[in-house]
Amino acid sequence: MLNDWLFIGLIVLIAPVFPILALLIPRIIAPKKPHPLKNQTYECGIETVGDSWIQFKVQYYNFALIFLIFDVEIVFLFPWAVAYNQLPLFALVEGILFILILAAGLVYTWRKGVLEWH
Amino acid sequence: MGDPVVLIANWLDGLLVGWGLADGWVTLIKTILGGVGISIFVLVIDIFLVWLERKFVARFQDRLGPNRLGPFGLIQPIADVIKLLIKENITPAGADKYIYNLAPIIALATVISLWAVIPLSPTMFGTDVNVGVLYIVAIGGISTLGILMAGWSSNNKYALLGAFRTVAQLVSYEIPMVISLLVPVILAKSMGINTIVSEQSIWFIFLAPVAALIFLISSHAELGRAPFDLAEAESEIVAGFHIEYTGMKFGMFYAGELLHALTVGALFSSFFLGGWQGPGAEAFPILGIVYFFIKAFAMYWVVAWLKYSLPRIRIDQMLNFNWKFLTPLSLVVLLLTATLDRLLINTSTWIYAGSMFFTNILLLIVLFQIMKRSGRRERKRVAEPKPIARPDGVRSVPTP
Repeated sequence: MLNDWLFIGLIVLIAPVFPILALLIPRIIAPKKPHPLKNQTYECGIETVGDSWIQFKVQYYNFALIFLIFDVEIVFLFPWAVAYNQLPLFALVEGILFILILAAGLVYTWRKGVLEWH
Repeated sequence: MGDPVVLIANWLDGLLVGWGLADGWVTLIKTILGGVGISIFVLVIDIFLVWLERKFVARFQDRLGPNRLGPFGLIQPIADVIKLLIKENITPAGADKYIYNLAPIIALATVISLWAVIPLSPTMFGTDVNVGVLYIVAIGGISTLGILMAGWSSNNKYALLGAFRTVAQLVSYEIPMVISLLVPVILAKSMGINTIVSEQSIWFIFLAPVAALIFLISSHAELGRAPFDLAEAESEIVAGFHIEYTGMKFGMFYAGELLHALTVGALFSSFFLGGWQGPGAEAFPILGIVYFFIKAFAMYWVVAWLKYSLPRIRIDQMLNFNWKFLTPLSLVVLLLTATLDRLLINTSTWIYAGSMFFTNILLLIVLFQIMKRSGRRERKRVAEPKPIARPDGVRSVPTP
């Protein structure tokens, strides 16, 4: 059991090593001639105007909120799915009710027009 | 007959114990070697995926593809890598340097980490954690972070716009993907991927074809490939989040995307196509690897086929399709599978499988009717005359 997690812990450490190595090789063999004009931010060939960290559309935030609700729902559904055989019939009804309550939330946001992209 | 990996592991065991090392150290060394082995194996496949992808796109477009370097152009990807390595790395002015350099590393490293839990054969797998599905979902979520970091740190408006779109897309399609993954979990009663694979005496694609379809579509969207490639729509936002990346840093994103496509194929074959299962796979584990990669590359081919056949969709269509179609559908499939599984718990395998299959087919027929109707409504809406702006600024509706 612990050995399984040892592998996970190690591969999370080992996996970045190869991309880092691949990014270090160009440091040695690639040319490096920075120039203020070359380093300019690309914007259709003209000089950049204003700050590039622009405001984002608030609708992205709405979708992120809906995502959060469903994501938390799924975290609760996984243990329910794994222990499915050992649960009494009552648990099935409970799971269905749980899903339906969140589906009602989806229907509500739908009717409110949150899902329309303007 | 054993597995070459098991043979090597046993030989290593004997060797290290013979040197007088403690058990803990032997386990640690074997684990590190296993991790390095899997990473290198996956990266070598990744290099040749570049060749395969270019051959695929060439054939889909009625061309030959790379055919000069080596037999069938097999050496071409190595030449590509060398070219990327000797390109100058340009960091744009005003970029957030640490995050800018970290993003490509995360993009590739997360995909490599996914292979830790995918079983290649009955005896050959990185590890068998009992929450494998959750691990895949969690690590897949981190790759979203890599893209957001790339877009945010590049100090470029197009990159930031691309990152917004990507995050909206990945975050949305995560929901149907994870809910459709709940269906194999219910069928196998386990979250460990090894158990899910070995439970598939009947492939889960026959028990849950709709869930398989949802998983394919939503993980295709997670890849950010056409028709879901709004994040790098050339005609709108140039190249999206990787616009300011050059040389090997761009190569990391590219390699990450290709490897992710194969990983989706591998996951699909593990969850729905029986993974390493096939005739004789239990007795000869080496056959399991062959079956597994045949299935994974077949799914990779399907994903490439989708990419090169379909036009790009708009962001409102992308979000509508997810929230108004895929998410409710995945909830319906989940409820249906859970109820049927409970009702048919004491019946024979064939009745169980048959009723699962026919319920799913029935659902598919209903779905096609719904899609047909919504398509008809959409065509009607588009055909209606729209207000057009006249030069004097007055809006008017043209009379047909």
